[in-house]
Amino acid sequence: MFDLSGRKALVTGATGGIGGAIARALHAQGAEVALSGTRREALDALAGELGGRTHVVPANLSDKEAVEGLVPAAEAAMGGLDILVNNAGITRDNLFMRMKDEEWEAVVAVNLTASFRLMRAAVKTMMRRRYGRIVSIGSVVGTTGNPGQGNYAASKAGLVGMSKALAAEVASRNITVNCVAPGFIESPMTDALNDKQRESILANVPAGRLGTGRDVAAAVLYLASEEAGYVTGATLHVNGGMAMI
Amino acid sequence: MSDIAERVKKIVVEHLGVDAEKVTDNANFIDDLGADSLDTVELVMAFEEEFGVEIPDDAAETIVTVGDAIKFLEKNASA
Repeated sequence: MFDLSGRKALVTGATGGIGGAIARALHAQGAEVALSGTRREALDALAGELGGRTHVVPANLSDKEAVEGLVPAAEAAMGGLDILVNNAGITRDNLFMRMKDEEWEAVVAVNLTASFRLMRAAVKTMMRRRYGRIVSIGSVVGTTGNPGQGNYAASKAGLVGMSKALAAEVASRNITVNCVAPGFIESPMTDALNDKQRESILANVPAGRLGTGRDVAAAVLYLASEEAGYVTGATLHVNGGMAMI
Repeated sequence: MSDIAERVKKIVVEHLGVDAEKVTDNANFIDDLGADSLDTVELVMAFEEEFGVEIPDDAAETIVTVGDAIKFLEKNASA
């Protein structure tokens, strides 16, 4: 099950905790993986750790030209593209009344607009090959909202609607478009929480623990597999039960 | 029939899975050949690939019949 041998995958934000776990999971199942992110050294280190079947394709997703060049670069490196994982995302949290236009625009540009451009480019090549898997990393916040994250919540909810629209357009071409929506996942940010903060978060998570990158990667792996061919326009929530939606 | 016309018709037959005799110059991709809007986008992509030419969106919108495609490509194709 979930064998990805011979499949070619592009993962954005591959230097982050979740992105790295996704790249590792796809690679472990046999996929050839193009690793994207902004930090070249970290990408090189991950590629070195994974060994063969990896390519490093750095890109700053807030730069339109870099975004436009990313899918062609990944295709050139791998000789095709079967799987796109839109994982890269940023936050610029602020209370709504204080949120600056720049904070709004920066988050929407990277989380939503860059994903749109990558999906537009990827779906062209996937249509020709009559096969494709697109998975975007959303967030529980895209469904539930969260104070201080109006921009982030909007961008993540936007990914869901956009994915459904594209899913309907290309379903007949054997291309699926889905989202994975993580809840609270262990990261450098959650490591910085004190015990009291951690406790109050966990009080709302029936599973009683924070999620891991591997938890998210497993969901991505499923949706990226051939076996998930009849699942499209869906959002798979990976949140330990904190929001059952 | 010109070489370009022949190649265009071959692509249409292959892509839409229709009988060759239906693919006349006057045949409308959507009304006569059963294409949906996604098919028309794919046909334009296939023409671009076959003839090494870029078909901008505003030109693509004017290509509604097989003859329209042939005319455009006879004017713009590089190979």
